[in-house]
Amino acid sequence: MFKGIYNWIDERLDITPMWRDVADHEVPEHVNPAHHFSAFVYCFGGLTFFITVIQILSGMFLTMYYVPDIINAYASVDYLQHKVAFGAIVRGMHHWGASLVIVMMFLHTLRVFFTGSYKAPREMNWVVGMLIFFIMLGLGLTGYLLPWDNKAYFATKVTLSIAESVPYIGPYIATLINGGEVVGAQTLTRFFAIHVFFLPGALLALLAAHFFMIRKQGISGPL
Amino acid sequence: MSNHEHREAAHQPVKRKEMSRRQFLSYTLGGATAFMAGGAVLPMIRFAVDPLLTQKTEGTFVKVVEESKITNEPQEFRFQVHQVDGWYESDPELTAWISRDQQGNVFALSPVCKHLGCTINWNTQNDNQYFCPCHEAKYSPEGKNLAVAPAPLDEYDLKIEDGFIYLGPIKPNTKV
Repeated sequence: MFKGIYNWIDERLDITPMWRDVADHEVPEHVNPAHHFSAFVYCFGGLTFFITVIQILSGMFLTMYYVPDIINAYASVDYLQHKVAFGAIVRGMHHWGASLVIVMMFLHTLRVFFTGSYKAPREMNWVVGMLIFFIMLGLGLTGYLLPWDNKAYFATKVTLSIAESVPYIGPYIATLINGGEVVGAQTLTRFFAIHVFFLPGALLALLAAHFFMIRKQGISGPL
Repeated sequence: MSNHEHREAAHQPVKRKEMSRRQFLSYTLGGATAFMAGGAVLPMIRFAVDPLLTQKTEGTFVKVVEESKITNEPQEFRFQVHQVDGWYESDPELTAWISRDQQGNVFALSPVCKHLGCTINWNTQNDNQYFCPCHEAKYSPEGKNLAVAPAPLDEYDLKIEDGFIYLGPIKPNTKV
């Protein structure tokens, strides 16, 4: 039946070349762990992406219960963690995945560094990768405040002090991130907006550029 | 020779600096696009940076305690301030350590440690110093940082009216 549906669509839209172009590409022997087990180091980029997808999905589901409001934020997190079925699992995925994505990204960066894959003609992809790294750090930073517990509150206080220590423009940066003078209602909504809309949007655009470039330029050669 | 050249140049058609049709169209379309994009984006940017441009509220003074109760030994006083955070108004309780200096002038110190923001306490080590339990920062009675902390304790703006002490916004220490 599925083949029938596929053929019906393919006759009209000619979709076969599209997915062929995305999916059919050669995996060189030196990056295939089936040939050389040590080639598993080439999996870290894909693993980073896999966890990123999990982060996006679990995050989408968390917003079904979470409210970015200083009176209700902690209560809503408490509720979804302890009262909602599989709440501990879904929030756990997002919580632990956040750390794991940083670890995987770091390992991926190390692999790229030690195989020299950042060299010409792939310099732009290294730069885009670095931008992704900073977006990920931003996501971790803004997500940390959202449960609105003591740890989140004081971590954000520290963050703002760091931002404030920038010469000359520091106080303005801090006010802009903080959304005012007190770490409070406006800080929480601001961090929520940045965490859920702004940074993921930038992340998806950068990931698209990252993947486009690796397909265009191919995987770097063996050592 | 030069005369000849001059005549040659005079025969050439006048080169007018006119814009090609293509250039005109790309300028017009580019300008219209920039105008429309600006019209869409500028309100959002102004919306986002509003906290930077709103007037900071003048710090108000709150009545805390009678001046006569203040001694050379720092004492802890609590008082409530009215705080407006966008749509959320609250009355958080603040703490001040108030004492007199050697000239008898009253001053009030903030209890927030300048190291990493824990809450300091007076004379818990019996050494007539402020002490922070988190990383053992120490301060003199005037708030001078003696150990660990990088800066002296902040001070509250203070005024005395009709024998009562009023505390205002926090400022850097003026005693040391």
